[in-house]
Amino acid sequence: MRQLASLKTALTGNYAVAYAVKMAKPHVIAAYPITPQTTIVEKLSEFVAKGELRASFVNVESEFSALATVYGASMAGARAFTATSSHGLFYMYEMLWWAAGSRAPIVMAVVTRTVGPPWNIHDEHNDILAIRDSGWAVAMASSVQEAFDLTVQAFRLAEKAYIPVAVGLDGFVLSHTVETLELPPQELVDEFLPPRSPNAPMPLRPGLPLTFGNIPSDDRIHAEHLKRIYWAHQEAKKAIKEIDAEYGKLLGRSYGGLVERRWLEDAKYAVVCMGAWCGDAEAAVESLRREGVPVGLMRLRFIRPFPDEEVAELEAAEKVVVFDRDITPAGGVLGREVASVLGRDKVVDVVAGIAGVDFKASDFKAAFRKALEAEKGVVLI
Amino acid sequence: MLSIPASCASVVQGLGPKSGIGMPLLNVPFASAASVATGIAEAFKQLGVKGRAVVWAGDGGTADIGFAAVSAAAERNSDVLYVMYDNEAYMNTGIQRSSETPKYAWTTTTPAYAGGKKEQKKDVALIMLAHGAPYVATANIAYPQDLYRKLKRAAEIEGFKFIHLFAPCPPGWSFDPSLTVEVARKAVETGYWILWEYDDGVFKLNPPSTIYADKSKRRPLKEYLKLQGRFAHLTDEQIAELEKEIDKRWDTVLKLAKAFGK
Ligand SMILES: Cc1ncc(C[n+]2csc(CCOP(=O)(O)OP(=O)(O)O)c2C)c(N)n1
Ligand SMILES: [Mg+2]
Repeated sequence: MRQLASLKTALTGNYAVAYAVKMAKPHVIAAYPITPQTTIVEKLSEFVAKGELRASFVNVESEFSALATVYGASMAGARAFTATSSHGLFYMYEMLWWAAGSRAPIVMAVVTRTVGPPWNIHDEHNDILAIRDSGWAVAMASSVQEAFDLTVQAFRLAEKAYIPVAVGLDGFVLSHTVETLELPPQELVDEFLPPRSPNAPMPLRPGLPLTFGNIPSDDRIHAEHLKRIYWAHQEAKKAIKEIDAEYGKLLGRSYGGLVERRWLEDAKYAVVCMGAWCGDAEAAVESLRREGVPVGLMRLRFIRPFPDEEVAELEAAEKVVVFDRDITPAGGVLGREVASVLGRDKVVDVVAGIAGVDFKASDFKAAFRKALEAEKGVVLI
Repeated sequence: MLSIPASCASVVQGLGPKSGIGMPLLNVPFASAASVATGIAEAFKQLGVKGRAVVWAGDGGTADIGFAAVSAAAERNSDVLYVMYDNEAYMNTGIQRSSETPKYAWTTTTPAYAGGKKEQKKDVALIMLAHGAPYVATANIAYPQDLYRKLKRAAEIEGFKFIHLFAPCPPGWSFDPSLTVEVARKAVETGYWILWEYDDGVFKLNPPSTIYADKSKRRPLKEYLKLQGRFAHLTDEQIAELEKEIDKRWDTVLKLAKAFGK
């Protein structure tokens, strides 16, 4: 039996991500400052400057170039990381699609933040949800520990599935809040996450005259390529579960794959949510259960690939209340995604906590009751 | 290792899955090439791969939409050889004005009946020089040996290298393709295009431009302009004005050669 102890410590979510990236040993990091992401790359540049991490840290002039730089590095066979928030994420927009279309296994932390105007740095999920159709895998952590674990897992997933992975964590709620966590020993991370295989299909190498991305002779070639991204996401569902289980075996924590389930076995009602506020949702659900309300909770860890099969398990529930910390002209994003699996009659979509407005466990309880009264549709809090 | 942003150069490669380019090539978004090449160079460094990151980009992708990234790569001194082939407009989308379009030239967005382009051409090579890049040069497709030597020299240098390559576009400038070399050569002989090189702190003129430092040796600008339909609407006064601007450009270049000569 190996004697490798984890280090019990306390960190902010951003530093937890920075430590996870350091332990993942990337070759190239490029990023641009934006609140509340900035402290991730500040910490990483410190690791590089102090020689604790052997990597190129590239200071770029924009988020677009941050992603372009790690894209070039990733296509050349490097393990590459970037991080951003909100306006920075949207500034990357064209590159996001190009990176996903190139199947570049980049990992990016997205520290969620509302989108202006007005200028507001507080938490909301609109930014990360807006990239859900770009071809990236999109995940959200619910704790500092999970932000660490997901980041390490994201590299495995990206390099296995050839899908870039965005790891979300809530701005300030996680990014700047100190929580306790276990940092695993480097040896175990190395075992879980070996260096990126040099045998990537079709690497960019001098002397290997391959052309990437030129105009296709037949649009069907492009169409097939796009379909493969769809299939890669379908297959990634299995990989996410396997990687999570293996992580659990090796490093002691797993979360259930694409979703985390609580008290769903006997649930007449189900609450669905994503991100850090699920902790408050869970407290609310627990309190409701003590009052005799048969309610359970499903936390979405991934929204791309979307956990269709897991959400379909909620078929048995009478009513499903989805909490969206985002708003679009058509309602909440997650509400519509869940309704696309379960149908509109079963789902009530509660839009709350947008623009960083505080939303506590007691607010969840009150909103839950309001949602049951509404029976369906969108409830704006 | 080539990176090519959206441009005519993305079209001439041949159709996928085949390619007419005999070296590894990554096609990249319009504004991204300098940054992508930086990433490739850094990856090669970290992975111990021997290879050079080279960008082949148009004037629009360089001097306009990609300029922030180019400037940043130069400022960081990223290990990239950047070639901007300058056909003085957005040709791939059908001849629209760029910041490299010369004054009074016709493009589809600077109509001749309205006098052509109102503004001057942006001197990107000098702007790169001001970044302190270790190697900056101009080149011209009519002088392939000069270009070849400059590419070879640039490839020896670590850091950011920039080559501003003059590349006439027959349909975009309205002349017969058989005149391409003639047009390019006339650009040098009239003094419109100046071949120079800044290498390791030394700025010098390159032949055949060297002799045109003497204004009396230059051919009249008209000989260059009259070959091209895009200048057909120019008046004699406008041509005289353009000649004055050429004099000014020469003045700057000669001052630089004096200040940073051997
Ligand atoms: C973001 C973005 N905007 C616009 C375009 C359309 N576009 C493709 S090539 C091009 C012009 C390229 O001009 P230049 O860089 O001078 O190269 P040239 O076509 O002249 O060779 C434009 C506008 C694009 N591909 N991407
Ligand atoms: Mg052009």
